[in-house]
Amino acid sequence: MLLLILKRIGLGLITLFIVSLITFVGVEVLPGDACTTYLEREAYGAALDACIKRLGLDVPAYERYLDWASNVARGDFGYSLSGEMPINEVLGPRVKNSLVLASVSILIGIPLAIVLGIITALWRDKLPDIMISTITIFSMTIPEFISATLLILIVAIWLGWLPGIVIIPSDATFYELLSNIILPVVAISMIMTAHMARMVRSSVIQVMASDYVQMAILKGVPYWKMVFRHVLPNALLPAINVVALTIAWLLGGVVVTEVVFNYPGLGRLVIESISNRDLPVVQALAIILASIYVGINLIADLMTLMLNPRLKSLQIRK
Amino acid sequence: MNKIIESIKNLSIGFNSQKGKKISILRNVSTNIKKGETVGIVGESGSGKSTLALAMMGYIKQGLFPLKGECLFKSEDLLKMSSRQLEKIRGRKIAMIPQNAGQALTPNLKIGYQIDEALRLHTDLNKTERDKKISELLNKVRLPSPETMAFRYPHELSGGQQQRVAVAMALAGKPDLLLLDEPTTGLDVTTQAHVLELLRFIAKDTGTSMIYVSHDLGAIAQVSDRIVVMYAGEIVLEGPARKILKEPIHPYTYGLLKSIPKLSLAGLPASMPGSQPQPGSISEGCSFYDRCNLATDHCKKNSPDLEYIKELDTNVRCFNHKELINQNNNLQTSITKKSNNSEAIEVLKLKDVSISYAKQKFFDQLLNKISDQNPTVKDINIDIKKGETIALVGESGSGKSTILKSIAGLLKTKDGQIKFENDRILSSDLKMRNPNDLRAIQLIFQNPDESLNPNHTVEQILSQPLKLYFNLSGEELKKNIIDLLKKVRLGEFYMSRYPRQLSGGEKQRVAVARAFAAKPDIILCDEVTSALDVSVQAAVLNLLQQLKEDLGTTYVFVSHDLAVVRAISDRVAVLYQGRLCEIGPSQNVYKFPSHPYTEVLLGAVLEPDPDIKPKLVAEDIVEEKPPEKGCSFQGRCPRKIGDICNTEVPPWQIGENGNAIRCHINIDELANSQQ
Ligand SMILES: Nc1ncnc2c1ncn2[C@@H]1O[C@H](COP(=O)(O)OP(=O)(O)O)[C@@H](O)[C@H]1O
Ligand code: SF4
Ligand code: SF4
Ligand SMILES: [Mg+2]
Repeated sequence: MLLLILKRIGLGLITLFIVSLITFVGVEVLPGDACTTYLEREAYGAALDACIKRLGLDVPAYERYLDWASNVARGDFGYSLSGEMPINEVLGPRVKNSLVLASVSILIGIPLAIVLGIITALWRDKLPDIMISTITIFSMTIPEFISATLLILIVAIWLGWLPGIVIIPSDATFYELLSNIILPVVAISMIMTAHMARMVRSSVIQVMASDYVQMAILKGVPYWKMVFRHVLPNALLPAINVVALTIAWLLGGVVVTEVVFNYPGLGRLVIESISNRDLPVVQALAIILASIYVGINLIADLMTLMLNPRLKSLQIRK
Repeated sequence: MNKIIESIKNLSIGFNSQKGKKISILRNVSTNIKKGETVGIVGESGSGKSTLALAMMGYIKQGLFPLKGECLFKSEDLLKMSSRQLEKIRGRKIAMIPQNAGQALTPNLKIGYQIDEALRLHTDLNKTERDKKISELLNKVRLPSPETMAFRYPHELSGGQQQRVAVAMALAGKPDLLLLDEPTTGLDVTTQAHVLELLRFIAKDTGTSMIYVSHDLGAIAQVSDRIVVMYAGEIVLEGPARKILKEPIHPYTYGLLKSIPKLSLAGLPASMPGSQPQPGSISEGCSFYDRCNLATDHCKKNSPDLEYIKELDTNVRCFNHKELINQNNNLQTSITKKSNNSEAIEVLKLKDVSISYAKQKFFDQLLNKISDQNPTVKDINIDIKKGETIALVGESGSGKSTILKSIAGLLKTKDGQIKFENDRILSSDLKMRNPNDLRAIQLIFQNPDESLNPNHTVEQILSQPLKLYFNLSGEELKKNIIDLLKKVRLGEFYMSRYPRQLSGGEKQRVAVARAFAAKPDIILCDEVTSALDVSVQAAVLNLLQQLKEDLGTTYVFVSHDLAVVRAISDRVAVLYQGRLCEIGPSQNVYKFPSHPYTEVLLGAVLEPDPDIKPKLVAEDIVEEKPPEKGCSFQGRCPRKIGDICNTEVPPWQIGENGNAIRCHINIDELANSQQ
């Protein structure tokens, strides 16, 4: 078991290493370098020299990679070009904002999705299912930018209940943040919840049709007891991995939603740094997003492993 | 003894067809279950046995609903009860033992918990009493080390053990009636015999009534006091087990018994034409009319009622049943088959073949060697003559399919050679074989549902090999397809059908036709009749034999069923854990002296005769892999003579009549002790 965890962590690190190489090489092979790209027409003379010096572009590529990689490993991403400040300072608030947005959406969305999924499955083809399924399918099919825009239009502009655009000072407290993020959270949760609820529904339906559920009924197990002991644990297990992917997707920044609401999270930073040609920041973001994916999937795999007796004993026996 | 516990009265169950018509799958079924009695319900798949069994617990599968009638348990109608009331009866008064315990035990809950759940629901015992009861129950169903067994998950048990757990769970509530739905189907022969023995013991020990549902008359014969035979949703024959099995007076039961291959008979079983009608397709007349050789015009228009025959204490649904009285001697006959001529040349030779599933380690891969010292299949030497049918027989995991896959080129051999025609070595890699060798060796699989493309019509399925190997097209292609269909006794109109529009037997015929399309020299048959009902199985066996006699094809026939093997094969090779135990002409392998493993297998066969009881000589343990050295059967051998069996590979000994046995016991001694 421990060996397996170490193996998975090792694989994750290798993945990250490859991602770092790819982003570094990608930047390297682009015509020009970070300074010429960023300075554009002013890329000559003293300004260019200063920039090159500051970024250390005068040393050979492999040395710069080693240098950069070892700094990253220590948690230091170097300097951004546009802000001319340490990338860590650029990233810090963004990571925090994204975390807040993601965790609030998760806290609301996942339990809601599970409950809706179970209700629709247990009352399959009855009124609750028909109603909820219509809504979930509807919200799955509308693209994010439309639903987000509609939300702004209705809640913020027509009703004027909430701000339509998020304006957060960088030192905003959690509560200040909260009132600003209600609309983005709703926009994100709608799609996420819909997808997950559909998945939970089909998983529960599948388990309900299994031989062991029929057996539990024939054994005289009361309905709700059967649902909680025999159905849900087996039906929700496959959901763990989907939840993990959803979380990673949320933390990675829900680009469209963040842009529509002008929300200063990681997703918008990706867009900004690309359009500013701020290559060091792009590199840093690539590494961070990759780490999030690797980390969360690792946790999900381990959780599945712990909770699924079949896999657990397979591992132990090996 | 005569108290009735459950009484089914005029029960009909059906569903709504897409056109909104009510279609019944159970028609007017009435029967009584008495206290302490075991009733066997037998019928082909689709005859409504499981629907009837579930209805006896007041359970109607989704999509079905009762049309009329009642299921009276202690004179209360289960079909009218609320789910609250049913919870009080299920598990406590009537308990179920399911077909596939592996799927019927909840995967995330430990064995102990699942038994405890039944105890908590249906008894007033406290925690410590329940824990004691759990080990008692596990002990009663003869599971090893009951203390630790309770803490294991279902998937950690073998199929036979899972079935025993299901039995323990059913017994927890001390039910008055036990329902068993195909409880031994899918288990190995020896395990099946052990589980049946346990069930018989429990019935006697606890006085519980049992309803035993199965398609297998062999299993039914071992446990039942009374037998109910179902056909197309109706009871066609019902009476004391011995009478039904020895003097069947309904043409369907008669035909069914004749279509079962028996160990004592060398030839092929007689087959019944046709197959069971689909629900809703019978509008008038007897439902067996199409397949009945006693049918008269009267049967076509009028449907027979269940008639009580006093002398036999039997109910029968047939106008002409009198014609079958005193026909029982005929049951013990079979169709003799032409055996192949022994002068024939050898077409396929397996020489020292070993096959391993072990993954190659990286370095071994570099050196291109396989390091597995204990491969799944080892030292197989078989020479196969042109035109013979050689059978590979053994329990699951004995490596039968593995050997077939290797011959077909789907699996690489580790050591040894496969030689084809004139000692030419066949590559064990499909891609390295020349097109003619590919054509010459064809494979038929167990499950036609998986091997026939559901999106292709029969015409498309059969035209593929014809185009590929013979470049046929147009009229000629069509003519060949029609010829092939004729060979497997299917009409021209089947060409436009899709597999889902065919019955199981028809699908397997298409699969046979596809194999013959290549005009092969050798056909490898992997459990080709295992998924079929007995009457259909007999038809497929006869078809294979007929084709072979006409075309001179060679068969390598894999099966776990010794009686089927006896019927079809000229020679038999018995395998245990991927090693050969015995090989010889079939009539001799089925006679003593036998290898101890063959003896165990023969003893476990269930014959449809209440007077032939299986002999249980070996434990039904499941071995995960072959032993490192010595005899492959050392772990379970009831005749083991000592250390030599563990350390030295036994020698081949040839008996008087040409069968070779691989055992340390002297063959004459074996012969004496097996008399
Ligand atoms: N793909 C596979 N990978 C690993 N082991 C396998 C595989 N297929 C079969 N085996 C093992 O090989 C042995 C023989 O299997 P098989 O040839 O299918 O037996 P049979 O046909 O007699 O049931 C069994 O122990 C089985 O578990
Ligand atoms: S009633 Fe007629 S068709 Fe039906 S089983 Fe009897 S003889 Fe055959
Ligand atoms: S060699 Fe020994 S273990 Fe093997 S079959 Fe003979 S007696 Fe049994
Ligand atoms: Mg097999």
